[in-house]
Amino acid sequence: MAKRIDVSGLTAYYGSHKAIEDISMTVEPRSVTAFIGPSGCGKSTFLRTLNRMHEVTPGGRVEGKVLLDDEDLYGSGVDPVSVRREVGMVFQRPNPFPTMSIYDNVAAGLRLNGNYKKSELSDIVEKSLKGANLWNEVKDRLNKPGSGLSGGQQQRLCIARAIAVEPKVLLMDEPCSALDPISTLAIEDLIGELKERFTIVIVTHNMQQAARVSDRTAFFNLAAVGQPGRLIEIDDTERIFSNPSVQATEDYISGRFG
Amino acid sequence: MDISTQTTDAPPPTPQPTVTEQKRNARGATRPGDRVFLGLSRGSGILLLVIMAAIAVFLTYRASLAISKDHGNFLTTFEWNTNLNPPVFGIAVLAFGTVVSSIIAMALAVPVAVAIALFLTHYAPRRLSGPVAYVVDLLAAVPSIVYGLWGALVLVPHMNGLFGWLDHYFGWTGIFDWQGGAPRSMLTVGILLAIMILPIITNVTREVFRQVPRMHEEAALALGATRWEVVRMSVLPFGRSGVISASMLGLGRALGETMAVATVLSPTFDIQASLLDPGGGTFAQNIASKFGEATEQGRDALIASGLVLFVITLLVNGAARAIIARRKEYSGANA
Amino acid sequence: MSSAVVTGKRGSTLRSASLPKWSPWAIAAGSVAAAVAIGLGAGLGSKIQWGLIAAVLFILGTYVIASWVEGRRQAKDRIATSLVWVAFLLAVVPLVSLIWTTVQRGVKVLDVYFLTHSMGVVADSEPGGGIYHAIIGSLEQVGLATLIGAPIGVLTAIYLVEYGRGALARAVTFFVDVMTGIPSIVAGLFILSLMLMFEMQPFGFAGSLALAILMMPVVVRSTEEMLKLVPNELREASLALGVPKWRTILKVVLPTSLGGITTGIMLAIARIAGETAPILLLVWGNSFINNNPFSGAQQALPLYIYQQYANSSGSTAAYDRAWAASLTLIAFVMILNLVARGIARWKAPKTGR
Repeated sequence: MAKRIDVSGLTAYYGSHKAIEDISMTVEPRSVTAFIGPSGCGKSTFLRTLNRMHEVTPGGRVEGKVLLDDEDLYGSGVDPVSVRREVGMVFQRPNPFPTMSIYDNVAAGLRLNGNYKKSELSDIVEKSLKGANLWNEVKDRLNKPGSGLSGGQQQRLCIARAIAVEPKVLLMDEPCSALDPISTLAIEDLIGELKERFTIVIVTHNMQQAARVSDRTAFFNLAAVGQPGRLIEIDDTERIFSNPSVQATEDYISGRFG
Repeated sequence: MDISTQTTDAPPPTPQPTVTEQKRNARGATRPGDRVFLGLSRGSGILLLVIMAAIAVFLTYRASLAISKDHGNFLTTFEWNTNLNPPVFGIAVLAFGTVVSSIIAMALAVPVAVAIALFLTHYAPRRLSGPVAYVVDLLAAVPSIVYGLWGALVLVPHMNGLFGWLDHYFGWTGIFDWQGGAPRSMLTVGILLAIMILPIITNVTREVFRQVPRMHEEAALALGATRWEVVRMSVLPFGRSGVISASMLGLGRALGETMAVATVLSPTFDIQASLLDPGGGTFAQNIASKFGEATEQGRDALIASGLVLFVITLLVNGAARAIIARRKEYSGANA
Repeated sequence: MSSAVVTGKRGSTLRSASLPKWSPWAIAAGSVAAAVAIGLGAGLGSKIQWGLIAAVLFILGTYVIASWVEGRRQAKDRIATSLVWVAFLLAVVPLVSLIWTTVQRGVKVLDVYFLTHSMGVVADSEPGGGIYHAIIGSLEQVGLATLIGAPIGVLTAIYLVEYGRGALARAVTFFVDVMTGIPSIVAGLFILSLMLMFEMQPFGFAGSLALAILMMPVVVRSTEEMLKLVPNELREASLALGVPKWRTILKVVLPTSLGGITTGIMLAIARIAGETAPILLLVWGNSFINNNPFSGAQQALPLYIYQQYANSSGSTAAYDRAWAASLTLIAFVMILNLVARGIARWKAPKTGR
């Protein structure tokens, strides 16, 4: 079910400020692609252009093409709502719906999409929670509020919520930056399992994490503060971390700046 | 809150404290300037409490004078003849009118206010929402007597058409039966009150909706929710208690509104089944209308009815505050 | 995998049939036209009915067309959008009408003569006269109320923020909230009960007392907010220099938040300047000029409006005066509001963020 993403000539703005400029890349299906780079280089902005979340920020707009298996997300007549159903997202801070139970959180996306029978719904919820490695921890308290879980559990609940609607692509915006090391490990393991079914793109500040979880890594950088961020290079993760083709990448990875 | 707890430490000693000052500092007490200032500010706080207590005590005292002379039943009598000897009066009609007009006002104002708050925070183009929010702010400051004047001279004549229509199609219900009198009735009062409390409810609700964390809305958006679904899944659940407390504040205003009701209603001291026929009255309106001709005995009776209004508004506002306080805890836990 | 189920429930394409951008306008135009046709055809007299019919047709039409073309979810979304817009437009009508009528009818008799003469020799039903006595009364009553209410309010807020802990502070906080909700007529009745006790005749200062009661909680709340915005580092810096606490509050905390406190007080003044009920009970009203707020009945702008409306048995001249006085009052309140907001923006506390 996973789909390929082809980006060509993508530029994104906040009002008149150009955040990222002229980015082109291909994201392979059933793989994990990591975005790394210094703060403010536009990697999160770029991630949010991949499911048209960028444009919900006031003043946000995008030029260029993002093809999801040959279909342009920004083509005329494309409904951003359907795009977001195909391309799911997990955010930096866990954000379960605070007034909903664990069960309802996972079922939230499904309920939007139509009429499921009760048993059908329960099956998908269970399957998604299992998929997010959370089932065993919450199966006895599905009706308790999701906000009562620990941070790491909440983040896995959000992942379960995202995969319940069977998206083609899963975007993760620094999903572990608010979590402790043990929860981080749990999420990283989960990412390894999820890539069998989804195309995964993850933004991370943590280079070890990028090295651990991703198949390919893209390095973003910006010339100076206030300048738009650019894609410096994208390659297999092993190459990026052992023998990158651009000097700036090596400087960043070896900790010489950023 | 943090500020107050952190700044109450005793001030550090000055370079050359006198012996007496040293003693005071050691006890955690303070120098004369500090004592005077603390005394003044604490005294002001205590004065506020004294005023509240005095309001309750004096109103109760005067009310008890009136009620002890009352030859009707204060709660159930359908009469307000306070200048008779002995006087006969009761608040049944006023309570009914106050409740009915407030219910109408709330039923009309709350949904519209919530919709406008949503409009301002989630629907309106940004260029429109700024100025509109500003205008709503200013409208909340328009004095009630101006609403009253407008209601009596502009709104009332415009109600004839609506009343005719309601009577024609819904007259059979009894509630919307219309004998054709001037439309200075409970429904008009309710509509005017709704217009008056609309800016207040909108303001508070808008603030609450604006505080909905961005990440909750994005969670819904990322699942492929339409704008309405985002509102339903994230904004309304988060803002529910805020909407309730805003409505209670509006209700408090509607219950106690005097002049707008006094100008629009043509009061009678009985209970009308129809909302369209003129008649009835509210606590506040009755006080304003009957005050001019009231003797001292009559004024005490009016004070008694004011005491009832006071208690009702206290309860409503207390409930609103309790809900707000609960919400604070709740949102704090999730921050 | 249940993905088969899921894909079966929705199209695999990103594109879904959608209505063109102009469709809401088209549906709106269509429903207005239909409403006019129905209105004319059925001979409905009231324009309100036409508007209601148009609104209902618009919402129904949107729903039917959208659910037919785009599906039910999109239709619901469109309904919500149109309801929100309709609610907004619906609410705008009376509020615009209020401002428009007041301005349009107010300017008729509003001139220098009107502002500088009283009603002393003019019967309520005759043209002429003015609001000078009411302006004097309002200024004196509101001014005295501010002199009482503002300091007490500010001091109470200082107590709550800088000193307040324990049961007393909690009680004050609670009762300030409760006090915010007191209807103005109840505050009036309270002072009235005192006056009955001491057998006093109505006079301006009695009104001031009631207005001060209404003003205090508003000032406390806004001042509290402002004081809380003053960064703690400022206080600590001053205390660490050995400055006594009361001087720290007077010389550091208050100056930092002065702009915001002023704004709060002005908004509170704007609120009490429009109060009618306490004035009606305690000050009575007077067609002559009375410069002494401590003796004898006075006039005030809001009460003047009420009496011109209520005591004139429908005379146009009186209504014109009522509108002109309303315009004056609104102008006063609005100017206070605008200036207050200006100060707030200009003197916004620098909260070291």
